[in-house]
Amino acid sequence: MFKLVNGPQTLGNGPGFWMSFLVVLAIAIGYPFFADSYDVGNFAYFLIWVFMAMGLCLMWGYGGMLTFGQTLFFGISGYGYGVLAINFEGGTMTLAALVLALALAALAALILGYFMIWGGVGGVFFGIVTLSATLVLAFFLGQTAGPEWTIGEARLNGFNGMKGMEPLNIPWFDDEQLYFEGTALYFLVIALIVVVYLALRMLVNSRFGNVIVAVREDPQRAELLGYDVRKYQLATFVIGSTLAGLSGALYTSWGQFIQPASIGLPAAAMPIVWVAFSGRGDLTATLVGSFLILYAFQTITVHSQQAALILMGAMLLATVMLAPQGFVIGFARLVGRLFGSMTGSAKDK
Amino acid sequence: MTIVEIFSVLYQFADVFAFLILSAAGLAIVFGMMGVINMAHGEFIMCGAYVTVALVHGGMPLPIAQLLGAVTAGIVGVIVEVLVVRRFYKRPLDSLLATWGLSLIVTQGMLILVGSSVRGIGTPPGSFMVGEYTFSVYRLILFAGAVGALALIYFVFMRTRFGTLARATMQNANMAQALGVRVGRVYALSFGLGAGLAGLCGALYAPTMTLIPTMGSTFIVESFVTVVVGGANVLLGTAPAGILLAAIRTTLNAWQGQIIGQIGMLVAVIIIIRLLPEGLSGFLTRRQR
Repeated sequence: MFKLVNGPQTLGNGPGFWMSFLVVLAIAIGYPFFADSYDVGNFAYFLIWVFMAMGLCLMWGYGGMLTFGQTLFFGISGYGYGVLAINFEGGTMTLAALVLALALAALAALILGYFMIWGGVGGVFFGIVTLSATLVLAFFLGQTAGPEWTIGEARLNGFNGMKGMEPLNIPWFDDEQLYFEGTALYFLVIALIVVVYLALRMLVNSRFGNVIVAVREDPQRAELLGYDVRKYQLATFVIGSTLAGLSGALYTSWGQFIQPASIGLPAAAMPIVWVAFSGRGDLTATLVGSFLILYAFQTITVHSQQAALILMGAMLLATVMLAPQGFVIGFARLVGRLFGSMTGSAKDK
Repeated sequence: MTIVEIFSVLYQFADVFAFLILSAAGLAIVFGMMGVINMAHGEFIMCGAYVTVALVHGGMPLPIAQLLGAVTAGIVGVIVEVLVVRRFYKRPLDSLLATWGLSLIVTQGMLILVGSSVRGIGTPPGSFMVGEYTFSVYRLILFAGAVGALALIYFVFMRTRFGTLARATMQNANMAQALGVRVGRVYALSFGLGAGLAGLCGALYAPTMTLIPTMGSTFIVESFVTVVVGGANVLLGTAPAGILLAAIRTTLNAWQGQIIGQIGMLVAVIIIIRLLPEGLSGFLTRRQR
């Protein structure tokens, strides 16, 4: 099964790639021992968003379904975690809150996905329906300011956002709780990214992955070959959306806060920018590219959030006009070609 | 139910109908006919609204300012078509991304340039009584504007030479070009007309709402949803879609309030798409055969 991490659906299959993967991983693990804890917390913050990007890469790049609903499931799971963590009164039960929040996101994706995919909503309409659902959720949560909007102990608090939930924590040695904040959260997120990344590579190189790529290329042909296209699409949609949910729950846990602005526009456009710019066709490109963009975005946001968003818009426009495949993939191909010509191999051509 | 109550319900229906149709009219051309998923549609609406308000502050009478607001949005639309949209007719998803990028740049750029809010101009006064209820005249003007926009689309595309050429181009651009139609110009003008109608929507609603650079997003869901429910044939589908959705929404508004109205309309849309994948116009043309 582990052989599946390499395959035709992913870039970077050689030993050289895996060597650099290990080097990057080693740097990532070693980083907290050299940097100050504030920076580590910040890194954890933008690594949290990477799950959402990888989910979108799976659905859009591999499955051909452009969804704008990533922040919808981000929000469902983020609010779900918050409400549950408050009502479970924190502690180790936050772990249950995380799992249930993810299940909630998956259930929502299943229902929405069923209606869209079985309804034959394809191509651009897929995007429009998901975007509408996303904006309606943001709009709905924005007006829950009144005291009547409580779920159990949790107050939704409208536009100002919900707060006061405990971060994720588990029992640790000496009867102490380990709170996933700062460095601990960083390690948790790194571990999750490695697991999700490898699992997704195996998924797309497996039989399932080959089928969803076949569906992307030509749904009718895939259907005539005997596959129930709709089931594969729904499964892809649920997996990808649940990954957005993972980002959402971790985000709420990170800041002990979630607000409707992380769901509506312009937040809903961000995953699209990351994945389009990086290159939707490949998981590794998405992983690397999203991280770089988030880092740049965060650096500029400190000075001006508007300027950072303008840059995002400009990047999207530039990607579509200059490198529709995505810049990271284009760059990787370029490097591959240079490297290939240096060693005299003509494999990539 | 008394006559007054019936009138009140009709009035609210007309209000929602006007909102749906005015937000969707421009998009019906750009998306419904040309197939461009214009995520910057809301920004054309914003453009019309801002130009109107700026001109009114400059001392111009409201109706002329509104007209100029719509025209400005139309001109901007032609420029955008030539610079950006033109490249993406064969790649609809890329046109979506490009216009979304544009929308981000414009809204955030406006936030930097103009700030988060602009002094409004206030709804034109004027009201009338039916029974013991007071109704605003301006809301009726909005309704008239919506009907006017539909009539304009119908007239331009069914009764003028340009409309015939445009429909021919949308159906088969290569054939139209071979027959001597200047396809590029037809596309640019159609997109401009769509943008202009979006600007008209913004201009008409400018006196009634708070102007913020992100105001486009309050229209965008309604506009896309109306066009999608209408289906591919916008001349046939948009008006019934507006009527149907407005009826659903007015009922739910009256029954459970604004939020349920909005969510209920969306749920209805998802169900309608599930039942009628080709939209209302697909349903209507099938019945005719």
